[in-house]
Amino acid sequence: MKRLLPNLLRLAALLVLIAFLVQPALFEPLLKPLVQANAPAVYNQGSLLSLTLSHLATVFAATLAATIVAVGLAILVTRPIGAEFLPLSRSLVNIGQTFPPVAVLALAVPAVGFGEKPTLIALFLYGLLPIFENAMTGLSTLPPAITEAARGTGMTAWQRLTRVELPLALPVILAGIRLSVVISLATATIGSTVAAKTLGEVIIAGLQSNNLAFVLQGGLVVAVLAVLIYDTFSALERVLSRRAGRI
Amino acid sequence: MIEIDSITKRYGETAVVDSVSMTIAPHTITVIVGTSGSGKTTLMRMINRLVEPTSGTILIDGADNRSIPGYELRRRIGYAIQGHGLFPHRTVAENIATVPTLLGWEKSRIAAKVKELLSLFQLDPAAFGPRYPHELSGGQQQRVGVARALAAEPNILLMDEPFGALDPVIRAKAQDDLLAIQKHFGTTIVLVTHDMEEAFHLADRIAVMDKGRIVQYAAPEEMLVNPATDFVETLIGAGERPFRLLSIGAVAEAAEAGEAEGEPIAATSSQRDALSALLWSGREALPVVGADGARLGRVTLAGLARRAARPQ
Repeated sequence: MKRLLPNLLRLAALLVLIAFLVQPALFEPLLKPLVQANAPAVYNQGSLLSLTLSHLATVFAATLAATIVAVGLAILVTRPIGAEFLPLSRSLVNIGQTFPPVAVLALAVPAVGFGEKPTLIALFLYGLLPIFENAMTGLSTLPPAITEAARGTGMTAWQRLTRVELPLALPVILAGIRLSVVISLATATIGSTVAAKTLGEVIIAGLQSNNLAFVLQGGLVVAVLAVLIYDTFSALERVLSRRAGRI
Repeated sequence: MIEIDSITKRYGETAVVDSVSMTIAPHTITVIVGTSGSGKTTLMRMINRLVEPTSGTILIDGADNRSIPGYELRRRIGYAIQGHGLFPHRTVAENIATVPTLLGWEKSRIAAKVKELLSLFQLDPAAFGPRYPHELSGGQQQRVGVARALAAEPNILLMDEPFGALDPVIRAKAQDDLLAIQKHFGTTIVLVTHDMEEAFHLADRIAVMDKGRIVQYAAPEEMLVNPATDFVETLIGAGERPFRLLSIGAVAEAAEAGEAEGEPIAATSSQRDALSALLWSGREALPVVGADGARLGRVTLAGLARRAARPQ
């Protein structure tokens, strides 16, 4: 009952978002007061829906790659054989976080050209740290009695990892992915400066033509996406934690 | 049969287990006692190679325990620990099925085994099988932990302070259950504890460890009568000795000819229970009855006092 109202609000936000992306013209009266006379109130230089989808696809691809690399590194450095790589891995992912995405874009364009690629690289580097740190925490704070029992029942190192350690660390790892996704959703907008197809196009178009409605459309769509994805991950974590007996 | 031959484990310069040799007879309960840091847990963990020895060998039924990979060895040896170590993301049934699944048993055989073990530990398979560990009480979790250790029908069961986290009432019940289960399966049990009461209650033989060495390895009566060192004597507790001696023997052995009035005591009860009953009821003698209710004689305060005295 307590969760009913927030869930209704989320559902409503999702429906409004879909309606806006499919039929933006419906919302023209709402946006009209924000623009000067004769200026278009709804983004007219491309399809909002396809921009949103390609925005999500970029974030998804970058986060997926960051997850694979960060979780892989975390697994490596929490094994006895990889423990000495911990400081090195930490430095690497920290560097990824320290470089401003704008700088990464500027540096990547000469190397890989304009388009999606520099954005993917920037998002990938920027997303590594939260996932790595959470995966590290999740894998290294498992209750000793449980890891001991896993060895004592005769599981091999691989079986312990896949059947006990990763399933139990999953809620914590997901929390890291959630942070990374939300950061990437916002950061992906600047990818438009190097011709990536993201919602940043709408915002930049609005800034260039002094069109407040454009800026607001691009910004709000990203914001609503971020909130909905954040909440979905949180709910997933809660379900998994409950199953793992951590609550 | 477990034959431990001059096994040593060093961490750096310190020997945690220092050249220990002992033979553990099959189908018995051996309890290793000692203070914290005496090396008792390390010694036990070398049997299933959770700890690799620095030197020495351990033979299990004549075969060196290093002749097969560690994980295969551990699938053949049951292992139960304090705080149960159940996997929280798996149901009770899945937890118990851990080792049989690793061994690749058929599904129907695993299901039958899980059901058998849950029933044996007085947990209704239909009600408890699908639950998660955090939905059980401490005593139930502990029973599931032992059931998991026994699931692949191991000849040997290692237990590391298995009852340490239980309250006294549940602990006594768990100990009696363990004795019954040992009789049922004939498992060789090696149990580590620092609780002397538990050791005397369960053990066929007790090994006392101090500073990485076995100070005395003997049957409980022998240890009470002839403690090898002052340390063993302190551990047993000098004030407890006569009562421990009585708690080992059955009333039947203390029965003498003669009659007595009042509530009888069963011949299978311990002599300590008989003493307690005599003192509490303020009488000099109690009648003793067999399992069939027949009078076997009586047990007297004076007789028990003689038995509690240091044997000459």
